[in-house]
This record gives sequence, C-alpha cells and structure tokens, in this order.
Amino acid sequence: MPYFGSEEMVKELKRALSNPNVQADRLRYKNYITKVIRYMTQGLDVSALFMDMVKASATVDIAQKKLVYLYMCTYASDKPDLALLAINTLRKDCADPNPMVRGLALRNMCNFRMPGMTEYIEQPIVAGLRDKASYVRRVAVLGCAKMHSLQPNTDIDGTIVNELYALLRDPDPVVVVNCLRALEEILKDEGGVVINKPIAHHLLNRMKDLDSWAQSEVLTFLLRYRPRSDDELFDILSLLDSFLQSAHAHVAVATLRLFLQLASAHPAVQADALLCTSAPLLATCGAASRELRFAGLCHVQQVMRSQPGLFGTHYKRFFCGYSEPTYIKFRKMEILVELVNDENVALVLEELRSYCTDVSPELAQAAIAAIGRIAQTYSEKCLDILTGLLALKQDHITSAVIQMFRDLVWFCPQSTAAVCQTVEACVDSPQDSEALLWLLGEHGDQISSAPYVMEGYIDGLKTELSSAVKMELLTASVKMFLCRPAETQDMLGRLLHYCIEEESDVCVRDRALLCYRLLQRGVEETRKVVTGPKSDPSMSVLTGRQEEPISQWASTFNTLGPLSGCDLCPQTAVISAADQPSSSAEKELLPESTDVTLSSPDDTEEEISLSLGPPLSHETFEKMWLDLEILQRQTMGFPRPRTALDTLQAALQLVKIQTLAFTPGATVPWKAYIYTRSTGTLILAELLQGDQHAPGIDESLVVSVKQQPVNQHAIRGFVSILKGVLQTLNVDSS
Amino acid sequence: MISQIFILSSKGDHLIYKDFRGEESKDSINVFYEMVTALSGDQPPVVMSHKGLHFIHARQGGLYWVASTKTNPSPFTIIEFLNRLAALTKDYCGSLSEKSVRMNFALIYELLDEMVDFGYIQTTSTDILKNFIQTEAVSSKPFSLFDLSNVGLFGAETQQSKVAPSVAASRPIMSSRGEQGGKNEIFVDVIERLSVVIGSKGVLMKADIHGEIKIKCFLPSCSEMRIGLNEELSIGKSQLKGYSSAVRVDECRFHQAVKLDEFDTFRILKVCPSQGEQTVMQYQLCDELPCAPPFQLFPSVEKDYVNRSVNLSMVLIFLKLRCDLPPKSTALNVSITVPVPKGSTSMSQELSSPDQTAELQPKNKALLWEIPRFPGGAQLSALFKVDVPGLSSASLLEVGPVSMSFELPKQTCTGLQIRFLRLSPTQTGLSQRWVRYVTHSDSYTIRI
Repeated sequence: MPYFGSEEMVKELKRALSNPNVQADRLRYKNYITKVIRYMTQGLDVSALFMDMVKASATVDIAQKKLVYLYMCTYASDKPDLALLAINTLRKDCADPNPMVRGLALRNMCNFRMPGMTEYIEQPIVAGLRDKASYVRRVAVLGCAKMHSLQPNTDIDGTIVNELYALLRDPDPVVVVNCLRALEEILKDEGGVVINKPIAHHLLNRMKDLDSWAQSEVLTFLLRYRPRSDDELFDILSLLDSFLQSAHAHVAVATLRLFLQLASAHPAVQADALLCTSAPLLATCGAASRELRFAGLCHVQQVMRSQPGLFGTHYKRFFCGYSEPTYIKFRKMEILVELVNDENVALVLEELRSYCTDVSPELAQAAIAAIGRIAQTYSEKCLDILTGLLALKQDHITSAVIQMFRDLVWFCPQSTAAVCQTVEACVDSPQDSEALLWLLGEHGDQISSAPYVMEGYIDGLKTELSSAVKMELLTASVKMFLCRPAETQDMLGRLLHYCIEEESDVCVRDRALLCYRLLQRGVEETRKVVTGPKSDPSMSVLTGRQEEPISQWASTFNTLGPLSGCDLCPQTAVISAADQPSSSAEKELLPESTDVTLSSPDDTEEEISLSLGPPLSHETFEKMWLDLEILQRQTMGFPRPRTALDTLQAALQLVKIQTLAFTPGATVPWKAYIYTRSTGTLILAELLQGDQHAPGIDESLVVSVKQQPVNQHAIRGFVSILKGVLQTLNVDSS
Repeated sequence: MISQIFILSSKGDHLIYKDFRGEESKDSINVFYEMVTALSGDQPPVVMSHKGLHFIHARQGGLYWVASTKTNPSPFTIIEFLNRLAALTKDYCGSLSEKSVRMNFALIYELLDEMVDFGYIQTTSTDILKNFIQTEAVSSKPFSLFDLSNVGLFGAETQQSKVAPSVAASRPIMSSRGEQGGKNEIFVDVIERLSVVIGSKGVLMKADIHGEIKIKCFLPSCSEMRIGLNEELSIGKSQLKGYSSAVRVDECRFHQAVKLDEFDTFRILKVCPSQGEQTVMQYQLCDELPCAPPFQLFPSVEKDYVNRSVNLSMVLIFLKLRCDLPPKSTALNVSITVPVPKGSTSMSQELSSPDQTAELQPKNKALLWEIPRFPGGAQLSALFKVDVPGLSSASLLEVGPVSMSFELPKQTCTGLQIRFLRLSPTQTGLSQRWVRYVTHSDSYTIRI
C-alpha cells in the first residue's frame, strides 16, 4: 500500500546508500540497510533500491548479508535482470570456506523465484549435496525441491532423485527429513516418496535422534507404509510405544494416528493406544496456550465418537474456566453433554446451570441447549432447571428454553405433560414465537390458555415482521381449530382474512390460501393433512448415540479438519435439518444423484449391487423414515436369527447393508433399522419381530422397506439379499 | 508445510512478514486481519480458511503469530511451532511485546530464516540457533538493578538469601554488553496453575493443579545441572500415602533432554540446560488439593426495597473472604468478580481498608473487587449495595458464581520444592542460581 511521501523516502534512502561517506562507515551503512528492510516489512515498495542493495551484499558482515539477501529474495521476481547481477556474488559465496556463508548463499540463491534461475543454481546444489558440512547439505537438499518448483513441468532428474534417496542414510537427522520432504515434492505426480521396507525400518531406527518436529513429520510419512506381516507390525508398534507418551503433544498425536492406521485390523491395540494417549491429550486440554487447548478439545471430541467412555472419569476437566474464551467453552460443553452418566449427571447439570446466566447471550443459550440435550435422557432433573430459568424473565434465556421444550416434546413424548404445564405458567410473556407457537398448536389441548395467547399474536399481527412467525401462526391456528374449534373459530377467521387480503409477503399469503382451501374441504380432510405424524416413542432407540468405528475419523485425525468449521457438531445439524429440509442434506445423502439412471423395470435379470456410501446420521435417518411411505412390507416367514447382535451387524455389513440401530438383547418387540445404497437410490428398512404370545402375530420377522427415489427393482434385490443373509444366520445358529 | 509466517500487532500493523514458498501474495495478511477482526466471540479463530489457504494463529504477548498453509498439516505441530517461535523471540529479545518485536525485527528475520526453510521446520533448539544468529538484541527497556518496584512478586531463595528483582529474568539471553550480559545466572521457576470450583456449601467440587518447572538459563555454556526435588514425592494414584505429608502428583512428563536415572530413587533430575527458557518438567494433580483451598468465601445475598411504591430496589451483597494461607504468606493482586442482576445501575460499597477498590461494570453485569495484598490467615469483608430497578426475586439467581484471580508468590499448592540445584562440575563462583515459586489462579470459581 502506498504511504504518503514514500517516494521521497525512497529517494532519500537511495542518496544515503550511494553516499561514499556512508559506505565507509559500516555501522551507518548497516543502519540504512536495516531501515530499508523495515519499510519493506511495512509494505512500502522499495524495489527501486535494488542496485544499491546488490552492492551492499559484497560484505564480510554476515548479519548485513542476511538482511540484503532477504531484500533480494523479496524483489528478485520483480527485477529479474538486476537480480542476475547479484548471482555472481552469491556463487562466489557458495565456495566460501565458512560453511555458514556457503549455506546462507545457497539457500537464498534458491529462493530467487524467477525464470531461468535453474541454470545458475543446479551446479551449486549438486556440489552442496556432497558438502562435508551438514548445514550446507540440509540447504542443498531442500534446494532440489525449490529447483523443481521453479519449473514444475520438466522431466524429473533421475540422478538427483537417486542422490536424495542415498542421502536418506545421511548421519545428520535434519538432512534425512529434508530428503523425505524434497522427494515428496519432486515425485508428487508419481505419488510421492516411496517408503519401502528398508527405508521404513531405517527411519524407525533413527527416530530417537530426531528432534520433535522431525519425529512428527516422519511419523506422518510412515502412515503410507504397510507392514508385510503381523510380526513386523508389532515390532514397529513396540518401537514407537514410548512416543505415545511424548511430552510434545504433536508427537504423541502423530504417533496415535500412526497406531490407529497400522493397527486398523486390531481393535484391541487401537483401544490400548487411545488409552495411552488419553493422558497427553487431556494435558493439552489444560495447556497454558489456549490455541493448543482448543486443538486438544477438538481431538478429544473425535476420539469420543468411538470411545465415549474413555474420558468419562475425567469429566471435571471439561468444566469451563471463567477466563476462557467462548469458543473453548462451547467445545467443553459439547464434550460434557456426551460424558453425562448416572453418577455425574447432578454435578454436570449444576455446572451447566451456572453458565446459563453468563453475560454472553450466545454462551447462555448454548448452555441451555446443552441442558436440553441432556434432558432427552434425564428429563425430570433438566426440566426443573429449565423451568427455574424461566423465572429470570430474560429474553434470550426464555427463548432458548422454549426451543428446548419444543425439541424435548418431539424427542421424548413422555415429557409432554410436564412441559405443557410449565408453558402454561410462563406464557404470559411470550418470547420465542416460533417454538412457542408450535408447542401451542401441537399440544393446544393440554394448555388451557393456549387460544388466548394465540389471540394476542393475531391481534399484534400488523407489527410482526418475521414471515416465518406468521406462517407458523397460520399452521398452529389451524391445528388449534381442529382440537378447540369453539374458542378458535373467530380469530382464525380474522387471521386468514388479514393474511389473504392485506399481507404483502407472497409466501404467507399462499400459506393462508392453502389453509383456507383445506378448511373448505372439511374438518376431517384438514385433520388428515395438518396433524402430521406425531413423534414415535419407539424411535427413541435411534436417539442413543452409537459408537462409530475408528476408521471413520482416523483419516482426519491430527489434521486441520477437526478444528475448522467443516466438522461441525451434530447438534447444530439437527436443528437446521428439523427446521427446513435443506437440499444440501439430500445432496449429501445421494452423492451420485446427478447421474442417476433409473433402471427400467424390465431388466430384472440384472444383478443388483449394493454399496455402503457415506454413513447416515441418526437424525437424518429418522427424518427420512418419517417422511417416506412404506413401499413394501414383507413377512420373512422365519424368526430373527438367534445369533449375537454384532454377528448380525457384521454379516449385514458384509453384504453392504449398514445397521443403524437395534433393540438390545431379547426384548420384545425387537426392532432393527438398516439402510443401504444401490445405483442412485437409498433404501431404508425396518426389521420388526412382534410379541410371539400376542394373538394374531406370528413370530416371523417383518421387514418394511422405504426408498428414495423409488426403484422397485432395487427393492426386490435388496429384500432377496437380506433374506439370504438372515436365513444363513438362522441355519448357522440352529 | 508452512507457506507464510507473519506477526501482526493487535491493531493489524505488519511487524514481520516472511514468505517461504511464493505461493500466495502479501494480500493474505490483510485477508487474515479482516477475518480475525470480523469474528464474534463464539467462533473459533484458531484455524480459518480463505480460498484454499488456511491460517493458523496463536496469540502471545498481545500479538498475532500467524502461519498460513495450503496443505493440511497437523494443527498441533503448527500451534506448538508458533508458540515456540514466540518463546524464542522472548528469549532473544528479553521480553515479548509489540515494541520489542518492532525493535528487533532484523533478529527475528534471522531466527525465522534459520528455523524454517521452504516451509519446513528445520530446528528450534537454542543451542543450534545461537551459532547462526549474528544480530544483537536491542533491549526495549534499560535494565537497572535499582528498579525495585516489583520486588517480592517472585520470592527468591538463594544461597545468599537475596531477592532478585522480578525483571531480572526478562533480558535477552545473548548479549555482550557489560553490566547486563556479564551475569551468569540461572533461574529455576516452579509455576503452578490452580483451577478450582467450590460448591455453594463450601464443598470442593473440582480442583486441578497444572504445574511446570521452567529453567531460564543465561550461562553461555552449561555443564550438567542436578535439580533435587522433594525426596518424598510420589507419582501416580497407586502409591499409597504414608503418615507423612508426602507430596503427590498424578502424572508428570519431562523434556526429552532430561536424564532420569536418579529420578526413581532420589528424585533428582539431570539436565544440561541450553540458553534460554525451557520447560523441564510438567506435572498435574487432579481432583485433589493437598492444602486447604487458598480462599474461602462466605457470601450473603439479600433483596432490599428502598421504596416499594416507586419500585426502587437493591441487592445487598455481603462478602466475607478468608485467606487460608499460612500466616507468613501473602496473596497478591486478588480480584473478585461477582455477577450482578441485569439492569444494575449503580453501587455503593463499604470496604475495610483504603487500598482496596471496587467498581460496578454494567457492561459485564459484574462488580469487581480488588485487593492488592491479602496476608494469610486474614479475613476481609465488604458490603455492596447494588441498585437494580424492577428487581424480582428470581434476579437473585443471577448473582454468582463468583470468580477470583490471584497470585501466590513463594507458594506451591502441591508442596513440590526444589531441595538443591547443583552445577557439576562446580563452576566458578560467578554463576548465580535462583529458585522461584509462584502459583497462579487459572480459574477459581465459588458458587453462591
């Protein structure tokens, strides 16, 4: 950015630098050079001084040399013709008896990013690779990578690659690691540096000599090595065992990632490694640096996806410190919600309760949301706290609490009565309109004052700005009319009249017209349409979080993924998905939907192939299950296999059918939810075995299939595959 | 691999900028600064992305230390590297501030040049780096032994039982100039961070101690040093406590250069410290506090109507605070934050001594009570009358939890002590050894 008077400044500097008196006084001369660099950092364009700076590079003062080189590297690409003048000095320095000068010159010469540099640097680099000083070799090795990046499209120089592979045996550890880095860049198009058995073992043996940065980098390179046998695998793991407990978090975490990857076929080893690393991970969660703390928390969250119990006893570590920034507190609360169990629920709730009155409204609302999620398991205790919060009469708190009530009623229908009672008592000062209106509409029969509250909204309609609230009001009023017609009829009429005649928002008007025409068709018709499916208590089997396999997250472990927004917490995903079925969610479900070619029904002979695809979350499954119609219901003619449930799960996985949830043990009725994908369609299914002693129901398994988009051929294929698996299991177990 | 590294002041001034790979233009600094200042408090700023370029940053000394990258590296590596860069800057410049970075930018460029090449971390060890660093540090403040204003912040125990000024350790490690560079000193600090939650009935709900032993070494070359810890120190939960007041920690981790062959039997750490600051040992103790919590609070909160007819009401907050430290010790810079109901307008207070202060911060919905010195065994009380128009009985729920911050010099809560500090073979008497202890409150919360 141009500063005022910058041209004057540059002119003055130029005068000073070319003044022979200044040049004679080394200290003054250096001071001017420092000044140039200072302006350069501030963003001033001082490239006009290039000539004078080139002259200044011919000095014995290394500190001054470094400053001038920094300057030249910055502006070399702007002034390539002038930069060529500097090359002679640099090449001379590359032959200096002092290794520090040699290294410095070589490094900076390679940093000149301008075309045609290669011919000047190739010879010094090759010489540098054989230099007796390790400092120069380090620089020369990376110089090879820099040279390659200057002309990325040329052929790879085989001799240099071979030389770099040979230098992997260098006594200096930094040279070794630099070789790996350089080879990785040069051979990028061929898949990077090759880690074969001798190299892997050589690196493993050198691990102890490396500093922590090199260690974690080598561990990352080793990720691509596959041991030939289990013996070799366990040798490697025992060699690396001590690094799991490293005092440097980045080494411990990199080791853990390698363990998880190498031992992917040995879950017990993975569990051991996780247990070992839990201590360093927890220590990072309490580190003095808050950035490190945040990184630690994000990775703890990842580990908990597979091993929710690992940190259970340490739940107090995740209590928020009062001076911590909000984003750390958010993560800690998310973790606390996952760690709740029968023993600690009282303490955790007490802690979360104390965050609810925090000065930051976002934090307070997040704390209330956390309590709301715990309420899905421990509804009574949480309801007490949430109700108590309503007494504070603060807008942001009340609105968050009512939203939680809405979710609670949906997920745990058994708490409806208690919620309605509380809402009844608090509605004198309505806050969060949408959630409250939904509650009033859905459960108007249990809240005696509901019509009067709604009337208040209808009367204040002219001042209401949000169209979402108006639409919700329309739906809620129609629902209310269905259960309490006498009290609602009049105001519903006024509402519809206003929305159809005076409302300017087209969406609201259309919704009002829709309601109006529905009501014209008669009450029964309306009831069928408006009162959609109530939440199904048996779906609660889905809300319990299942343990994910480690492989699901191991690939992003120790990368930026968990820290950046793309790995959002599932909690926010639920809310947005519940509010509006976003098209993005569907895209994610059907990644190949763009090239869907629905197979015509006549080619039934074609073999159906199932595939797993990306996993479905419980929430999306539940939503789709409620939305879709049952396409096929079939009685299998045999009971469910008497095998252990994980056998069943593994068998289904084998034929590419994913199990989402099932009733544990031998409880009756027994249910399981499964899904799979096939040529652009997603198939959801429920297996149900009813009570065998109940009259009219035989003990055979019933399968109900839903699908999106519809493809009968795929369903038939799916059912026959499923049948095959279950029959096989039945034969095995009997 | 790292694409660029830059250091920004809190106002966004460019202090240091180095481009390692030439992949991105200098504009990315401004992009970063715009992104980081546009964030609201609840968004995590540690990793931010813009068009395929990821920014990872750490805040140290009020500055932004930023690395940008186009690959997907380990966040732990980058964050720890940025922290290490800040620590090295502190070692070389003496202190960490916008001013010291501005004055020593040539030195920091030199450091960065040696630490990172083409985006790859080469070395961060002081021992190696000191061979390459040519520029001398410019101290941002003149060092003076007569600057005694802060004496006693750190207690010091030495063979001469002298007290070192607290600024003694904040000077550049490499300096050839006479009076400040000539001193061969070594500081060993035991620093503990206390994180405590006390329940409404005075019950200890949570108590964690994170501790570390740090060495700051100014000796140009140091042979092996032996640090003797308490002999009765026990590690881990399994070891039974005897009748004695054994000192216990749950787990500890050591710097990789520490030799532990005498640790198991004699609790002696052997280390060859390199110049500058390094953490030789980190330890933690969870869910247990070997001593009584340093502060107990006895609060009472009442509602009082001044004039019921005009609805003028106030909250009376009476706080009695007792310091349970041994009588000889003192807590410093004690500050107590009490959340008050929303809509509090003004406050009057009765404090027991003139050096204490209290103020109402309506923006934070809190009142802040500050006590500069709090001797052990003492008890202080204060009465606050907060005017809250339109107070309801539920509003009292908003008072609490109380959080405190303080500093306990010459104190460790675990009881960890350094028995002796020996340099072997014994060097000339020139070297001075200082041992300092301090406990900070990381988070000290008392529920009402």
